[in-house]
Amino acid sequence: MTAVSADLRNRAARPGGPARSRPAVSRSGILATAFMFVCAVYFLLPAWWLIVSSTKGPSTLYSSQGFWFSQFHLASNLTGLFSYDGGIYWHWLLNTLLYAGAGALGATLLAAAAGYALAKYDFRGRQLVFSVILGGVLVPGTALALPLYLLLSKISLTNTYWAVFLPSLVSPFGVYLARVYAEVSIPDELIEAGRIDGAGEGRIFRTVALRIMSPALVTMFLFQFVAIWNNFFLPLVMLSNTSLYPVTLGLYTWNNEYGQAPQLVSYVIIGSLISVIPLVIAFLSLQRFWRSGLAAGGVKL
Amino acid sequence: MVTGHKQTPVATAAATGGPAVPGRRRPRPKGRRHGWAPVMLLSPFGLLFALFFLLPIGYAVYQSLLRVHVSGLGLGPSSTTTVFAGFANYTQVFSDSSFVQGVGRVLLFGIVQIPVMLAFATVLALLLDSAAIRLRRFFRLVYFLPYGIPGVIAAILWSFLYLPGLSPIVATLQHAGFGTVNFLGSDSTLWSIANIVTWEYTGYNMLIIYAALQAIPADLYEAARLDGASEWKVATRIKLPMVASALVLTAIFSIIGTLQLFSEPEVLRAVTTDISTSYTPNLLAYTQAFITNNPNYAAAIAVVLAVGTFVLSFGFLKLVQRRGVAA
Repeated sequence: MTAVSADLRNRAARPGGPARSRPAVSRSGILATAFMFVCAVYFLLPAWWLIVSSTKGPSTLYSSQGFWFSQFHLASNLTGLFSYDGGIYWHWLLNTLLYAGAGALGATLLAAAAGYALAKYDFRGRQLVFSVILGGVLVPGTALALPLYLLLSKISLTNTYWAVFLPSLVSPFGVYLARVYAEVSIPDELIEAGRIDGAGEGRIFRTVALRIMSPALVTMFLFQFVAIWNNFFLPLVMLSNTSLYPVTLGLYTWNNEYGQAPQLVSYVIIGSLISVIPLVIAFLSLQRFWRSGLAAGGVKL
Repeated sequence: MVTGHKQTPVATAAATGGPAVPGRRRPRPKGRRHGWAPVMLLSPFGLLFALFFLLPIGYAVYQSLLRVHVSGLGLGPSSTTTVFAGFANYTQVFSDSSFVQGVGRVLLFGIVQIPVMLAFATVLALLLDSAAIRLRRFFRLVYFLPYGIPGVIAAILWSFLYLPGLSPIVATLQHAGFGTVNFLGSDSTLWSIANIVTWEYTGYNMLIIYAALQAIPADLYEAARLDGASEWKVATRIKLPMVASALVLTAIFSIIGTLQLFSEPEVLRAVTTDISTSYTPNLLAYTQAFITNNPNYAAAIAVVLAVGTFVLSFGFLKLVQRRGVAA
């Protein structure tokens, strides 16, 4: 039995989260809650500062109390952000969506097929293939980016969308998650039944396996989405054309230039805020997939 | 005590290459061949994996054994030749004082930051899991939030919070009579980076540990409580041993992350002169490849770094396995 089923079992046992009997509020309980609040402030304070500072004009940014609102300049900051350098920030947002969104989607499907094959077929070298892929989890991404740059520059593929997009399609951790999930959640009998009905192997994968694996697919998508979104080194190494940049690399360049153009400080601040809002919302609303994914990856009973 | 539950972290399987899934126990439909189906399913991933993982590793090793010789004045393309250099680049890496200092720096960073962060994450996970806490969902959400913010943006954000004149933290501390606290001085920068990393990843690690805690069968607690065990005893004697393998996993991920440290110091370079272009091994490799234009030397650094990462994470795993933490 693995954690996926353990998690489901547990959830069934405790519907709607831990439903243990609540004792009367004790002194240690109050102390603990107070501690939790202090920690919450630590984690929230930078985000709060970002929101407050996004609304400030260039002068009040430095002169007013940093943790509270001053003159309200949100609208002019927004127009400034989206019009600076010919509205390049739009490009960056769209690029990020393309790299992380399409990249994670492709990576999820590829990893699902590979994980399913490793879980449900017996073939020679299966264990070796799986070990090599798992070894890939341990290889630092930055150690790959340098030689990859040298290789891609030989075929003039650096400084193109492909240079960032194609490497993002590979997710060894996704293969691992897919294999674990397919192993426990897809009954062999179901695959056999499909074969008896005359369905081809590819069709069984598309219609039976993918459907059953869909919760794991969401988890894999999330992991890879964040991994691509977070990968700063690869686009930094590969791209020199600013219109190909993802938003992280774009904000990084602005951040290095504000000595020459002071208004860029405001744009970096509000640009950071805008870029994280969709991610944070998507991310928090899909939180249960994180937990089940982490449980599957981290613990097996 | 706790018997019959064996936990295996993902990293055990990752590092040893052993079966990660208890698939061995499961009888498999044997003797039936499905022809090319597994190959077809595996090949799209396999092809890209070979192209973007295996090939670059091989190419890095190959490049690291070469050297560019400049003859004459070094002008024009005809005056440079690439020659086989054996391990010359590697001997240079290990005698390069900026590399050795960078390694020392990330090791010091890891020795301090990883235990602090994991202890912090464990305490938060235990508190979230204990019955006494209200607003559990809210806290869990808030602690996990920083993980949704990309490392570069987190670093930019904190760099503003460290910058005198802009930072409300520096201003508040000044008002409170602490003087001008310098977050970006020569002896504080490394710990300012450590704070950024801790801020980003504590919630993520907490969630891994929390997920492990939630998977502990509730009847274990009941038995302990019937025996009169206190909440503290339950936490230290039952919960911690049960999540040990999750902790090993988080530790290994943290070790890998620490040795790769790049974006945070690179971003902070905009606000402090204390971070050199060889501050971490990764920064050194980047500088060598793209600024000093010495890709062969950079390849050697990348290989040493990858091998070092593997040795450290694998060594850590063996160490805890010998102690019986993650069987």
